[in-house]
Amino acid sequence: MDEIKLIEIKEDIQSDNAVVAEELRDRLRKSRTLMINLMSSPGSGKTSLLLRSIEALKNELNIGVIEADIDSVVDSEKIAETGVRNVQLRTGGFCHLDASMVKKGLDGLDDPALDLIFIENVGNLVCPAEFDTGAIQDAMILSIPEGDDKPLKYPLMFTKANVLIVNKIDYITISDFAMDRLRGYVSRLNTDIEIFEVSCKTGEGVDQWVDWLRQSVSDFKQSPVR
Amino acid sequence: MHELPVTEHILNIVLKHAERNRVQRVVSITLTIGDLSELENEWIQHYFDYLSKDTIAAGAKLHIERMPIVIRCNACGQTESIRKDQLGQITCSKCGKSDDFSLVSGREYYIKEMEAQ
Repeated sequence: MDEIKLIEIKEDIQSDNAVVAEELRDRLRKSRTLMINLMSSPGSGKTSLLLRSIEALKNELNIGVIEADIDSVVDSEKIAETGVRNVQLRTGGFCHLDASMVKKGLDGLDDPALDLIFIENVGNLVCPAEFDTGAIQDAMILSIPEGDDKPLKYPLMFTKANVLIVNKIDYITISDFAMDRLRGYVSRLNTDIEIFEVSCKTGEGVDQWVDWLRQSVSDFKQSPVR
Repeated sequence: MHELPVTEHILNIVLKHAERNRVQRVVSITLTIGDLSELENEWIQHYFDYLSKDTIAAGAKLHIERMPIVIRCNACGQTESIRKDQLGQITCSKCGKSDDFSLVSGREYYIKEMEAQ
């Protein structure tokens, strides 16, 4: 029997994904398309926020949507009704999107003139945080009924997001959710994160979020191509 | 939750290195995983056994080396090791600040080494 030898590997388990994600970002920088990865639990309002954002911006920006859904077309039909370009990725039971799946979505949209692309990731606070999708910005939605303790349970997601949208703010008066407590937890995890308080139902706070989107698209268009 | 695709990546990387080193059989694999990542040892091994059965890595034992979550207070430079659920509620034990930390370790996600014949 040959003797056992120790072979050093030191290779990132996600190195393949990281390469594809970087290629996607290069492509987006060239086409000047801001792609935002939207992550949240099921039912926190990803589709509602998308509909609000599309409604506000569709006359000034070319918008595309890449939808991930484990096995249904419910969300995709709602987005299609707005008239923006959209692609549905059936993840077939997968709990997250990775860069190669998003690449299929980008190829499917097939429009270099898009200014803004939203990825509606699979509803889940754990897995999507682990996989780089190739997006330029990572946004997460937390809704009031989920509770203010979520940063303690799912810290990775909160460290990864550049922007946090606290949705269903209209529920806050009937809940024990404390906005200060949430902001305290989040600021310890991520000092640079921007936080928006919105209600997709009443429209409260949506304007500020839309202004941020508009400004981010404009900043990205003016950023130097590397 | 996503152990299956992750295990596929692990197997591919291991087989690539096995070929490069011209080995006959992979005996064990050591992964280094930060405590911030969710990854279940038991499921990784289970999926690995299934995926590797017709390869030279069949039967290899997976060891997971967990790396603690270590943060540094950017105000005073103090580093400390903490549990995942403490992350959102920490206050620096040296200077008392609570809003400017960086992560020193805890996000590791790589294959460290393997034993092979």
